[in-house]
Amino acid sequence: MSGHSTYEPKTGFERWLDMRLPIIRLAYDSAITFPTPKNLNYWWTFGGILALCLGIQIVTGIVLAMHYVPHVDYAFNSVERIMRDVNYGWLIRYMHASGASMFFLAVYVHIFRGLYYGSYKAPREVLWILGCIIYLLMMATAFMGYVLPWGQMSFHGAVVITNLLGAFPLVGNAITTWLWGGFAVDDPTLNRFFSLHYLLPFVIAGVVALHIWALHVPGNNNPTGVNVKSKADTVPFHPYYTVKDSFAIALFLILFAFFVFWFPNALLAPDNSVRANPLVTPQHIVPEWYFLPFYAMLRSVPNKLGGVVTMFGAIALLFVLPWIDTSKVRSMRYRPTMRLYFFIFIAVCLVLGWCGAHEPADAVIPNVTTFTLGDYDLNSMVWLSRVATLYYLAYFLIITPVMGLTETPLPIPESISEPVLSHPASGPVAAAAATKKG
Amino acid sequence: MLRKGIALAVFGLALVGTPALAATTSEEPKDIHWSFEGPFGKFDAEQLQRGYKVYREVCSACHSMDLMYFRNLGQKGGPFYDPKYPNPIQNPYVKSLAADIKVKDIDSETGDDIQRPATPADKFPAPFPNEASAAASNGGKAPPDLSVMAKAREGGPAYIYSILTGFVPPPRGLNVMAGRYYNPYYPGDVSSFWTGPKDQVPKGGFIAMPPPLAPNKVTFDDGTPSTVANEARDVAAFLAWAAEPKMEERKEFGLGAMIYLLIFTGLLYASYRRIWRDVSH
Repeated sequence: MSGHSTYEPKTGFERWLDMRLPIIRLAYDSAITFPTPKNLNYWWTFGGILALCLGIQIVTGIVLAMHYVPHVDYAFNSVERIMRDVNYGWLIRYMHASGASMFFLAVYVHIFRGLYYGSYKAPREVLWILGCIIYLLMMATAFMGYVLPWGQMSFHGAVVITNLLGAFPLVGNAITTWLWGGFAVDDPTLNRFFSLHYLLPFVIAGVVALHIWALHVPGNNNPTGVNVKSKADTVPFHPYYTVKDSFAIALFLILFAFFVFWFPNALLAPDNSVRANPLVTPQHIVPEWYFLPFYAMLRSVPNKLGGVVTMFGAIALLFVLPWIDTSKVRSMRYRPTMRLYFFIFIAVCLVLGWCGAHEPADAVIPNVTTFTLGDYDLNSMVWLSRVATLYYLAYFLIITPVMGLTETPLPIPESISEPVLSHPASGPVAAAAATKKG
Repeated sequence: MLRKGIALAVFGLALVGTPALAATTSEEPKDIHWSFEGPFGKFDAEQLQRGYKVYREVCSACHSMDLMYFRNLGQKGGPFYDPKYPNPIQNPYVKSLAADIKVKDIDSETGDDIQRPATPADKFPAPFPNEASAAASNGGKAPPDLSVMAKAREGGPAYIYSILTGFVPPPRGLNVMAGRYYNPYYPGDVSSFWTGPKDQVPKGGFIAMPPPLAPNKVTFDDGTPSTVANEARDVAAFLAWAAEPKMEERKEFGLGAMIYLLIFTGLLYASYRRIWRDVSH
């Protein structure tokens, strides 16, 4: 899409089609000859991995929907029947359930990669925002998908999360009633969640197409953050990145298979193997691991509305990040101080996840009580998540804009080709060139 | 030095601290070895057969297994699988096991309710007609369905084994209500029934199920001694199988998939190295 198309139709049919719908040209230009910076590292393979994840979720999901019954009386048993009586149903269902976790694992790596290498900065703001939209859609889809097996955690998770929207003044209750299709989470809720859970992945696929389009206009960012200057900086996407992405995808599939075949229940809560019972609330209602950091933020604010606003605000900050960041340098490779704050930021996100998995009053250091500060003991998960939430917010609202103005970055290479001597060419062509020089 | 200072400060703060609130507690499930652990683990068919007998003769008096059909007992990986009968519906042993049990049906001529011997295609019948009657007959609490019990509790089969073998007389100072039984492995909070020192509240909770197993309660056909531990272990293994009847198939399939993926990954890495060797990057 950027630069001239070098596609030449070879057959009569291709020439005929190219005049009418240049779809082969589009595929050729965007997946074969597309000039890609030659220094992309393995963190850049997660885009391809995510495309595969979406594909796996859609294909397994379509098959599951053939056997699933969206009704409060049958949903739980129908999922179990899939695992017992459908041919390879256990494989399809465990791929879908573990696949959600794998999808989020990959998307988090992908997002952190974008943050570290400044991939959100001009001219890639729209690309970044489309990515944030995909992430939001993924969260909605995953949440509704988790409700469908109608286990205890499905049901009570749905109650907790939908009730959050009730925190908004004036319209809150109307929104929850509208969302539930009644006055409680019940059969209408399950049915609409099923309908939307089937719809949203295709919306995601559409936004992914826009995401890739927006990627192909400015082209890939790269670990140096330096713009592509000449043809020497790039290689054609195929075969160079098709093979590198394939290798990374295969590695990722090994991890995926490890969970699907040997530890499929490691990522599922035991409570979700108990059929939903509105009259019995599980001891600890905990969301899936990929929501835990936001869950911790939600609970860190004593006021319900404040918690909801903080949680959504934490995601909203991502959308405006391109305009918050004042740094002229894209890649944190050349921003040693900012890089330190970034690594603390990753640690803080993990700490928030850890806090989210525990009860607010649980002690951070076991068996130690200090003194009560406000509502909870100082040595409690809730206080740790308060500190962590503050850092999360400060990272975007204070550290990012201030550091961009005050720090002194390291010298930036002239071009992509300059700093890439860590892996010099080793094949016969390069060897011949070296001999000629010598 | 700094670390010492922090430790002292923490210790100092701990002294002025307030006691932690009471919360749900239970003993960690007993550490027990299963044949079906790990990526290569398989169920022990004889253990599953004994476990089925324990379920049938003891547990099934109160606990349903709604997701189980008699045919499951004869399917591949099941306790009574016979390679001569790949279709478990035709397995004569499974047929005779099913025929021992009466299930409800209607007379197709008259529409009257009848009882007939079960066939392999029938579900395990539930002991009570509905949840209300199950609760009414069991001290107000319906016994939970056991189909996926081994997946539905933290610790799985080890938890089931620990509950079944974990009944102990309540410690002195613990008041137990009539119809409830103290079990240290059952999650609960017994602090309001505890008259002893506040910092020594026993772990565990009160379960509505009386100790179900006893020595010689089930006679094992293969001569295995009928101790409570053996009965508990075998029925826990049976429930683990019932919760994941396709586990063996899954692990075998996974081994093949993993070998394929490793070879494929190796080939891709070799291709990657070969394609990139002329590019300095």
